[in-house]
Amino acid sequence: MRHYQAVIIGGGSAGLSAAVTLKENGIEDILVLEKDAEAGGILQQCIHNGFGLQTFKEQLSGPAYAERFIRKAEELNVSVLCGTMVTGLNDRREVTYVNPEEGYVTVSADVVILAVGCYERSRGAVEIPGERPAGIYTAGQAQRYLNIDGYLTGKNVFILGSGDIGLIMARRMTLEGAKVYGVAELMPYSNGLPRNIKQCLEDFGIPLYLSHTVTHVYGKDRLERIEVSKVGKDLKPIPGTEMYFDVDTLLLSVGLIPENHLADEAGILMDVRTKGPVVDDNYMTSVPGIFACGNGLHVHDLVDFVTLEAARSALGAVRWLKGTQTADKVYKASAGQGVSYVVPGRINASCDHRVDFFFRVRQNFETAQITMKSGDKVLRTLKKKKLMPSVMEQLPLTEKMLGELEGDITIEVTEA
Amino acid sequence: MYDIVIIGAGIVGTMLARDLSGYRLRLALVDRENDIANGATMANSAIIHTGYDPEDGTMKARMNVRGARMYEKICQDLGCLRKVVGAYVAACGEDEEKTLAVLKQRADEREIENVYLSGDEARSQEPNLGDEVTKVLSFPTTAVVYPWEIAIACAETAVNNGADLMLNTEVRDIARTENGYILHTDHGDVETRYVIDAAGTGAGKIARMVCEDPGFTIQPRKGEYFVLDHQVEYVKHIVFPVPGVKGKGVLAVPTVYGNTLLGPTSDPVQALDDTSTTFKGLDSVRADLNKTMKNVPYRYVIRNFAGLRPSGSTHDFVIRECEEAPGFIFAACVESPGLASAPAISEYIINEILSRSLTLEKDPDAVMTRKRPLVMAELTDEERAEVIRENPAYGRIICRCEQISEGEIVDAIHRTCGAHTVKGVKKRVRPGMGRCQGGFCEPRVLDILARELGVSPLDIVLDSKASRILESENR
Ligand SMILES: Cc1cc2nc3c(=O)[nH]c(=O)nc-3n(C[C@H](O)[C@H](O)[C@H](O)COP(=O)(O)OP(=O)(O)OC[C@H]3O[C@@H](n4cnc5c(N)ncnc54)[C@H](O)[C@@H]3O)c2cc1C
Ligand SMILES: Cc1cc2nc3c(=O)[nH]c(=O)nc-3n(C[C@H](O)[C@H](O)[C@H](O)COP(=O)(O)OP(=O)(O)OC[C@H]3O[C@@H](n4cnc5c(N)ncnc54)[C@H](O)[C@@H]3O)c2cc1C
Repeated sequence: MRHYQAVIIGGGSAGLSAAVTLKENGIEDILVLEKDAEAGGILQQCIHNGFGLQTFKEQLSGPAYAERFIRKAEELNVSVLCGTMVTGLNDRREVTYVNPEEGYVTVSADVVILAVGCYERSRGAVEIPGERPAGIYTAGQAQRYLNIDGYLTGKNVFILGSGDIGLIMARRMTLEGAKVYGVAELMPYSNGLPRNIKQCLEDFGIPLYLSHTVTHVYGKDRLERIEVSKVGKDLKPIPGTEMYFDVDTLLLSVGLIPENHLADEAGILMDVRTKGPVVDDNYMTSVPGIFACGNGLHVHDLVDFVTLEAARSALGAVRWLKGTQTADKVYKASAGQGVSYVVPGRINASCDHRVDFFFRVRQNFETAQITMKSGDKVLRTLKKKKLMPSVMEQLPLTEKMLGELEGDITIEVTEA
Repeated sequence: MYDIVIIGAGIVGTMLARDLSGYRLRLALVDRENDIANGATMANSAIIHTGYDPEDGTMKARMNVRGARMYEKICQDLGCLRKVVGAYVAACGEDEEKTLAVLKQRADEREIENVYLSGDEARSQEPNLGDEVTKVLSFPTTAVVYPWEIAIACAETAVNNGADLMLNTEVRDIARTENGYILHTDHGDVETRYVIDAAGTGAGKIARMVCEDPGFTIQPRKGEYFVLDHQVEYVKHIVFPVPGVKGKGVLAVPTVYGNTLLGPTSDPVQALDDTSTTFKGLDSVRADLNKTMKNVPYRYVIRNFAGLRPSGSTHDFVIRECEEAPGFIFAACVESPGLASAPAISEYIINEILSRSLTLEKDPDAVMTRKRPLVMAELTDEERAEVIRENPAYGRIICRCEQISEGEIVDAIHRTCGAHTVKGVKKRVRPGMGRCQGGFCEPRVLDILARELGVSPLDIVLDSKASRILESENR
């Protein structure tokens, strides 16, 4: 069995960033496995601008952002095997992949980094009653048809869910000559970034129906019509509030879920909140030597954070390889009041480097009071304006604070 | 001029086509849909019931008991999956236990293997069985299948033996001739000596084209379901409540591929093609399931769907020659257990009805078996390596949830009765059946279909002829 120092599963922005960082830190023998014909991941179909403001201080399109990392990986001689699907992973860090040239191959590695991205929740997972005609797509699917394959999926469009991909597709399809009748969002707040609400909906006069959902779809062959209803506080449709739209296309932008079947197969402990693995301050999962980052760990809205997180996970892997840390005592980090999740979820007591927590709030806050506690001790409090579930927040655990840890860590947010 | 035309390419029609293709006969199988098995055969519980349920003296009882016993060989011969999972009929309290006793007596008389378990014994096997369940009648030989896989395999066998398959052909009217019938379809006329009406929910309408009062009407009943991802193994056995007035009740069914079906409801509907799901129906699946099951992991739901039972006013199958119209044979009102009964229905029609007036001569060249298509997931590592060396397309995975290769999809398109729609590919080799529901692979499947069929991607449909997926080329 061929052995590598590091095998990275997934060649999207996370995988490429992790590979580059490993190389830059002296890990030479790396293999990146990517199922698509080229590296870059989901970025390849995001042809709009808006990537890399933080990383490169300029606005790039998705493919342009990806291209920078693909080139960097090339310069550093990282071997990226495209058209290669990883089909198996076990807790001995053995990775099985398949491609047309080599067939099924199993390799082993000192470290494995999961950078597998996420998938979109489908119609079945959100329970939209009605017929099952053509014309219902996930937003990412329609995006692929349009941006990669060059086909428009329909002329009269409605969008369920205010996730970013749906918002971006609202603008994109409008620009391509389709009529977008509106976006319905079940929750009383949007799930997309404020800038996308502004630039993709408001600027085009596309209505956003908060606290609304699609309650029926009609059409035997192709979608003909949808029923949209207002929902109450219990999120259940309110009879009598039905509206009808005669559309041939319904896009679903109702959530992204980390791709987790490989992690499951390897017996990795999963976080019920993020639906990705639980990781420690090195981004290591519950299986020693297996790391995770990017949308396969938790869903990000900005690629810059994916790049950053992947680099951190690579540094974590380097640290772990050097064995500078002993896995003695572990503090759990978890979501307190007002917070939906916190990553990383475990901090080793021997951790000697600054850790940046990523977290999301459960609802909108005008002026938020953010509190980080260890046991009963308050490590840090701060006030911040306008927190919303669609925007990921960061909070550092500094080296100084590490010395003050007294117990499990919680992050909570309340209205100040 | 055909000897026999079968209307309806569901499990009953295709089973008949396959069996009849073993004789020297000019045969045609006609369906209005764009693929085989798009009716009730596509949306059901997929259970080969052993036959304890139908009442004594019914056609259902006779066909079910016999049919169930034929499936093992049929699935072997056709290279189709069949998994013996066993069934639990779960009683809550004394009243329901009385019903169990009736079922047990019937099962014993029909020589169907069964055994009683206490509630706790059953729960030790099936931990998600509800706490109120007091007694279980277990049927260890109950199996599950992939109904459309069998229907497609039957059609493939029949067509390879020379039968004609006519899809997208709706029978609109039927005229009698001197020695048979002319079927007027939306694609021209078809002449035949015999007609078999296996048109599912359409069987009543077809019957009325030749006879004023066929003695039955179709009163479809809808069944709605949830499907759980195979990531979770919720049940090992099929779990039934005790049967009631509304039929077999809401079940938990492990499928041959490890998914779980939860359902069905049983509600009368007016339209003969209303397969829409409803909040009411799905809510009642959840409510009814609570009776026999607990800890239902609804977060693993990947899909909901509904099927229509071609139920009849007779409450029993109608399998007979029409008195007013010799040579016109009903295979109608085939509601549950129609799947389990289909092989016996076919056998009965051939041996007891057709043979009375038609000389049936075996065709020595007919091949009644079908080799199972190559499924990568079923091979050993060495076998896979070999296959990929010969054809690299088997090393290109298209569906990551179900791990299906391009080679398997291409094969499904090109074999006899092959797939020409996205749903057709899904039915045959399963890309899109997993938790992403085709989010990733549908564009790729569409691409492969267009390439292999030599048409524009714009012409590829989801299922029916008018179910276009792409609207227009962009620039
Ligand atoms: C539609 C969309 C719009 C966005 N818009 C913006 C924006 O405007 N600005 C911004 O900054 N950010 C945006 N983002 C966020 C950001 O771009 C993504 O979160 C980021 O690119 C995700 O990177 P990733 O590497 O984690 O995942 P991915 O890019 O999904 O990469 C994962 C890779 O792993 C591969 N893979 C998965 N499983 C396997 C396997 N078993 N074997 C082999 N390979 C496998 C996949 O093929 C894929 O290439 C957007 C995201 C999306 C989805
Ligand atoms: C919810 C549900 C659960 C069930 N569970 C089970 C089970 O677990 N076990 C079991 O044994 N049985 C079960 N059944 C019953 C079983 O599915 C049916 O009995 C069986 O599929 C009927 O097969 P068929 O070939 O008669 O009908 P269908 O599969 O409906 O085929 C009839 C065909 O006729 C075609 N047709 C109709 N009209 C015309 C026309 N005018 N011209 C041309 N073509 C026409 C239709 O397009 C259709 O393809 C269930 C049924 C349902 C709905």
